[in-house]
Amino acid sequence: MSVLTERSAAEIARDVNARKLSAREVVDATLAHVDAIDAEVGAYLTPLHDLARATASRVDERVAHGERLPLAGVPLAVKDNMCLVGTRTTCASKILERWSAPYTATAVQRMLDAGCVPIGKTNLDEFAMGSSCENSALGVTRNPFDLTRVPGGSSGGSAAAVAAREATIGLGSDTGGSIREPGAFCNLIGFKPTYGRVSRYGLIAFASSLDQIGPLTRSVEDAALAFDAMGGHDPMDGTSIDRALEPTATALREDLRGLRVGIVREFALDALGPEMAAVYERAYADLKALGATLVDVSLPTAEHGLATYYLIAPAECSSNLARFDGVRYGLRVDGPDVNAMYERTRAAGFGAEVKRRILIGTYALSSGYYDAYYVRAQKARTLIARDFADAFAGCDLIACPATSCPPFAIGAVSDPYSMYLMDYYTIPMSLAGIPALSVPCGWVSEGGTPLPIGLQLAAPHFAEGLLLGAAHAYERATEHASKHTPRAGAPA
Amino acid sequence: MSAYEAVIGIECHVELKTETKMFCGCRNEFGGEPNTKVCPVCMALPGSLPVPNRKAIEYMLRAGAAFDAEIPEFSKFDRKNYFYPDMPKNYQISQYDMPLTQGGVVRYWLEDGTMKTCRLTRIHLEEDTGKSTHAGSGDGRIAGSSYSLVDYNRAGVPLMECVSEPELHGADEAVAYLESLRRTLLELGVSDVKMEEGSLRCDANVSVRLVGAAELGTKTEIKNMNSFRSVHRAIESEIERQTTALESGARIVQETRGWDEIHGVTHPMRSKEEAHDYRYFPDPDLVPLEIAAAHVEHLRGALPELPWRRFERYTVQYELGAKQATQLIDNPALARYFDRVVEASGNPQQSTNFVLGELSRLANERGVSVAESAVTPEHVAELIGMVEAKTINSKIAKEVLTRTWDGAGSPRSVVEKEGLAQTSDPAAIEKLVEEVLGANPGVVAEYRSGKVAVAGFLVGQAMKASRGKADPQLVAELVKKRLG
Repeated sequence: MSVLTERSAAEIARDVNARKLSAREVVDATLAHVDAIDAEVGAYLTPLHDLARATASRVDERVAHGERLPLAGVPLAVKDNMCLVGTRTTCASKILERWSAPYTATAVQRMLDAGCVPIGKTNLDEFAMGSSCENSALGVTRNPFDLTRVPGGSSGGSAAAVAAREATIGLGSDTGGSIREPGAFCNLIGFKPTYGRVSRYGLIAFASSLDQIGPLTRSVEDAALAFDAMGGHDPMDGTSIDRALEPTATALREDLRGLRVGIVREFALDALGPEMAAVYERAYADLKALGATLVDVSLPTAEHGLATYYLIAPAECSSNLARFDGVRYGLRVDGPDVNAMYERTRAAGFGAEVKRRILIGTYALSSGYYDAYYVRAQKARTLIARDFADAFAGCDLIACPATSCPPFAIGAVSDPYSMYLMDYYTIPMSLAGIPALSVPCGWVSEGGTPLPIGLQLAAPHFAEGLLLGAAHAYERATEHASKHTPRAGAPA
Repeated sequence: MSAYEAVIGIECHVELKTETKMFCGCRNEFGGEPNTKVCPVCMALPGSLPVPNRKAIEYMLRAGAAFDAEIPEFSKFDRKNYFYPDMPKNYQISQYDMPLTQGGVVRYWLEDGTMKTCRLTRIHLEEDTGKSTHAGSGDGRIAGSSYSLVDYNRAGVPLMECVSEPELHGADEAVAYLESLRRTLLELGVSDVKMEEGSLRCDANVSVRLVGAAELGTKTEIKNMNSFRSVHRAIESEIERQTTALESGARIVQETRGWDEIHGVTHPMRSKEEAHDYRYFPDPDLVPLEIAAAHVEHLRGALPELPWRRFERYTVQYELGAKQATQLIDNPALARYFDRVVEASGNPQQSTNFVLGELSRLANERGVSVAESAVTPEHVAELIGMVEAKTINSKIAKEVLTRTWDGAGSPRSVVEKEGLAQTSDPAAIEKLVEEVLGANPGVVAEYRSGKVAVAGFLVGQAMKASRGKADPQLVAELVKKRLG
């Protein structure tokens, strides 16, 4: 494993800007590593060797012309539900398998403007619907810490890429936990900003009111650098918030003195089994040791998060995915008339989980059921958001588990409901639209293999600086992430 | 007199005349090569997002203010879900339960000048679809066609949907309502309102019931009407069809019917049972709209004079006929010109005569509009003043107007330069009259033998001898006196 691929984004950018290192060297090393190990990891659906090399050379030219780029030469993995002009953008679906994006997503463009180099487009659960990456129609992604296990999902490809050192920053999208859960499963920082902070323009929608782009990184500092580069108002996204973005990378802290951290009464740890419970008990104790005051907070409606989410997200997806009809782009399966063409195209193009959610959503929006399902779910969502607002009246941050289990074996979770439960702890924050992240907090052992566990931290709307700052203090003090290295690509 | 009366409601779709489309930056223009005014947003490419056009919302509020509609402080966009190839997202961004404007009233007038009102249910904002062309079937219909072509240039054009209450009773009222709606939107500058280009499209809900009945009859929705004339014909035809059916004891089926322009009848298109469940829900890509009450008040105060108010001013204050008033209102540039003539002359009747008479004739003949001609409203007022002062008579006035039109200068200068001022000196006229009588002894004899009608000939001869300048009234008096 090349030492260059181990470096953080902050280190790479510093050296490339100082012209001690070229972006091209970093990218060549990364591509060589991808070529060596991605056959076993399966992080990338579409590696972009030529584009990566050309972009790296351009970054070097920009630096040579005196530009200082906050992410100069940093290898970037882009989840394949984000558009990058001229590249195949599939959503890991057969319906878009051969579709090439004619434009670039705002968040991706901002990362490129900041000096990032796109290494490739990464695997995901089809249309970001799933928690293990197993719903991809185009490939299998494996957890770099145990290749028999899932990397989490839906941003499993970006998480696996960053964990396996096939990229330094991964872009993910989080609708109900799709950055935080793979972040936890792959020993990474998985950060979902406040809804509206990062433009969704060019992110292929799953559930518009919940989707949010964020970074997957190996350090909190890198997550902050990435967020500072990609965040901020975008006139192309009507839900983008027009509010100044204060830099978070300069707000990183070394302790938690003066902070009140809420421990959620309803999230009892004994439900997780003794080994995981011990990890979280230890994490809470470490927060306290860093100077935080632990306070008891209540989220009485959070237990309804899952049911609420599985009405709102499918309702929105049933409408968002209507455009995939074979008329203008993507897969078309011809039929005797236009309706037959729609049916055949969508039957052949969408996988089982996508169809399931389209059906649930269509049902929830139908006349006669709308009030009982969609409207009630919206009311529940309001109550959940209010619970968080009430809780934050008594604390600055909330700490809780990121997942209910460590990464599981590929194929082990087969029924949809058990899979939906993977996001039990992350969904309430998505419904409330607040920023949250997972940060490595320890390891459990299964069959002699150490598996990473993530601690979830959540903050009030727009308090990304506080959130990342606190996570940084915890990361520095505990150094859980560095206790084990990924097996993928490890020297024999 | 039929025992049945018609009850009609009109639903209009009006394309707003914004520079760009409703949710993207593409040009909003009629026509063009297919699929040249498109972008990722209006083609619904994966990942694209809509951003509302503020101007379109402003136009909606202006229309709402003009029709005295209620403009709530909150509004939102909803998705109307159904599959159709010319609708790129397979949902239309529209407004369901919180439209930008609620209620309101359209004031309109009939040909005889009677002012009427029709209440509005609502006006809401949505986006237009593309256009499909079905090929291979011979008649352009989808049935039997082998393929279809879709042009998305129109997809995403802002569309105002304006729904009336069922308060129109007959084809005349329906068309008069539409004309008033069209004139108002033109005056507001929010749309071209051209039926031939599709920037105004309308459907009519028609039912009939026994005169005096409280309940509405079963309605049919009439589509495919592409001119006001076809709206009139279609409604008349449908009223007759329904009345005949009811009189023969049949029932009306609630359905959508298409107007067949060639055969002059409506025919069934689809029945209510096939109605869609559109699964409306708030569009999560668009944040709710907040409309400041103060802004709405400002808009209400800043409205131009609306056509119905102008009609009242012309017919009540100026005592113009309904037809003349309508003629002016339908030519806004001419109406503005007319208003300036009235203002300068203080004589609405003469202003009407000149503007709608000689000036319009000249405009027609020369192919230049009145407002763009060399004749200014002040020139016309000057001319009216000279007629009122009897400096010239109306015949000379027309000649002078033509000279001014052709660039000869102000009417007064033309009259002075060419010595066209009316002669009202009795001695001079008397001399003229005597000469005419002396030159026509036969006619004089005829008159005296009882054929008094020949006096007109003699007056005419005297006017001719004065080259039209003599005061015609004075000439007539003197001729009679001399023949006396």
